Amino acid sequence: MSVTIQIPSALRAFTERKSEIAVEAKTVGEAITALTNLYPDIRPHLFEEEGKLRSFINVYVAGKNVRNAGGVEAAIPDGETLTLVPAIAGGAPLGVRL
Amino acid sequence: MTGINTRILDMVGNTALVRLDKIAAKAPGVTLLAKTEFANPSGSVKDRAAKGIILDALNTGKLTPGRTIMDATSGNTGIAFAMIGAVLGYPVTLYIPANASPERKRMIQSYGARIVETDPLESSDGAYLAARAAAEANPESIFFPDQYNNPANWRAHYETTAVEIWEQTERAVTHFVAITGTSGTFTGTARRLKEFNSAIQVFAVQPDSPMHGIEGTKHMASTLKPGILDESLPDGVLPVSTDEAYAMTRRLAREEGLYVGVSSGANVQAALRLAKVLPYGSVIVTILCDGGLRYASAPFWDVPA
Repeated sequence: MSVTIQIPSALRAFTERKSEIAVEAKTVGEAITALTNLYPDIRPHLFEEEGKLRSFINVYVAGKNVRNAGGVEAAIPDGETLTLVPAIAGGAPLGVRL
Repeated sequence: MTGINTRILDMVGNTALVRLDKIAAKAPGVTLLAKTEFANPSGSVKDRAAKGIILDALNTGKLTPGRTIMDATSGNTGIAFAMIGAVLGYPVTLYIPANASPERKRMIQSYGARIVETDPLESSDGAYLAARAAAEANPESIFFPDQYNNPANWRAHYETTAVEIWEQTERAVTHFVAITGTSGTFTGTARRLKEFNSAIQVFAVQPDSPMHGIEGTKHMASTLKPGILDESLPDGVLPVSTDEAYAMTRRLAREEGLYVGVSSGANVQAALRLAKVLPYGSVIVTILCDGGLRYASAPFWDVPA
């Protein structure tokens, strides 16, 4: 299923300045993995060394934070948008347990 | 009655310099000191720049009655402008990324200022470009302080922060460490300290990644560079990860009783790393930019002591 990932300006240096990347995925985890497969240099900016998504990065699906709504397992409906947002400390709910 | 003549804006600056002896315990012979900038009246180091910018604008006629103060901010400068606007009777409108902390946005609104939220995907650069466009569209009614490019920003630190550090350390300061956002604190303080004593070494702190959670700071390689940033000044750049900053922020609360924000943690983390390789007798000064209450809702505090 096709998913659009919105790329924050901070990471566009790793995506050829593209602000949106289309990937095939059914879940949040699959989508982010597909993104890092396309652009491996982005991986250390999203994941800790042990493979956990960095605590200050929020993932939204259709505008909803999935931290407490499935995390990596959260399903992404076909044609939906996934957004990566650096959660400024104290800002939008922090961290996604993936 | 000399005791009744203090006004709130007179309370900006002259912050205490505190010792961080427990944090520096593993760097014997090195003194680690921090300016308690959270003690400024609106709660952050940004009071100095905001006051300097507004006084300069009043003195030069850029800010006149009837105009609105409008700028981009990730929070602290906005809070400072909101406070000053309230005191001086100027309306204030602030462009702020939607993912800035709710505590900061509430503070700004509590002072009576207006907030325009900008796309969090575009970060502080998006807020800046939106504020600048709005100001350019209404030049007669808007004063755009442009904290990223206004020399009055760094001059405030040149004239106050650096002088205080020089006097409070009785000229013993050997190193200065500060994180860069607009770079005003670093540029002004570092420039003056080097004029006092060219042997003083100054280190800029930066997030180690363009994707970070250290509010109010910029990863210079991937963002719009502030016009007031002087890249010839630093003797070195010290990268700090968000997780390192979080960890040190917790340590400051739990070991030193200093409930401060994440950028303060980043500063002290960088200063401690430096302290461990400096010779006996070195005196490092860094900045505690703001207080921890602005981050009270952040889960990083939840890590057990």
